[in-house]
Amino acid sequence: MVRTDVQLMLDVKAGDGTSFELLLQRYRTPLVNFLYRMVRNREQAEDLAQEVFLRVYRAREDYVPSAKFTTWLFRIATNLALNSVRDNRYQKLEVSIDAPVTVDAEDGEGKPLDVPEKHPNIEQHLVEDARRKMIRHAIDKLPEKQRAAVLLHKYEELDYAEIAKILNCSESALKSLLFRAYEALRVELAPLVAQHVKH
Amino acid sequence: MSCERMESRILGYMDGRLKENQRIEVEKHLAGCALCRLRVEEFSAISGLLDELPRIEPSPEFDARVHALVAAEPAPKASWWAWLHFSPRIALAASFLLVMALYLGYGTDKGRVEAPPDDQAMMQDLPVLEDHDVLQNFEPLKILPAPVQADDASDTEQQQQM
Repeated sequence: MVRTDVQLMLDVKAGDGTSFELLLQRYRTPLVNFLYRMVRNREQAEDLAQEVFLRVYRAREDYVPSAKFTTWLFRIATNLALNSVRDNRYQKLEVSIDAPVTVDAEDGEGKPLDVPEKHPNIEQHLVEDARRKMIRHAIDKLPEKQRAAVLLHKYEELDYAEIAKILNCSESALKSLLFRAYEALRVELAPLVAQHVKH
Repeated sequence: MSCERMESRILGYMDGRLKENQRIEVEKHLAGCALCRLRVEEFSAISGLLDELPRIEPSPEFDARVHALVAAEPAPKASWWAWLHFSPRIALAASFLLVMALYLGYGTDKGRVEAPPDDQAMMQDLPVLEDHDVLQNFEPLKILPAPVQADDASDTEQQQQM
């Protein structure tokens, strides 16, 4: 029988190390992906995800299952990500415009062009790469809170009540936040959206 | 339902998270509003575009780093009462000893307070008794002449006659 997150966390509280290991296996990939999409730097995303797990471990003694485990987990992750994004923004202001540009991405940005075998047509691969960059850029342009709302809603498939708790807002405020985010994406991705709507 | 009202329901409608009556309301509105129909199509297209971004896997060192961080954490400080939780036998034995100590302590105290009243009186009168012994064995007092009782008796008779 699969133990729930809350059961596992209560076992961690009681001193069971294997339960912490199970939570790590269950949530490392979603957390790293969420944080990566928030901060746009793989190394930084992994550092933040490790910090999330460390904070969970540190808080085990005081853990009380008053809310869903994922709400607590992603709330820690979101707060860390928002702080990191804000810190990075100030750091970037201090970087010289002559500094070399380093780009990090999961979808080909900043890497030597590597054409997979499933793309015999290099042109098709370039088009797909450009689409991903455009989508990525549109998400990056969203204000941080809207971005977090979209990522939690779209990729983590959390329900509205949970996301609202994570972002510390009401459910109606969250719906408004998501609507404005999708409106912004609609404008930013208009050429791609038009292709989809036509077909 | 108005187009403004649709703003709070459009994503829930796309996700299939609306209640039955809300879904019927939305579909009724969409049937008569081309603008909102277009918006639903566009938002669905955006959702599809977001699906195109691939997921990444954590690096192979990720778990090892988390383990190292956790291992470096100091052990939690045990609270004063924590041992009671983990060893109920010790707690039971300690409770028994505590009860016995209280019982014995109370018993000793009780015996001391409730000493026989004769003994207490004797302790308080001890200096007087010592004086009595001294006086009884005092030699010069033994050689004193006996009191003259006859004179006392004749004086009493004379007073009665007067």
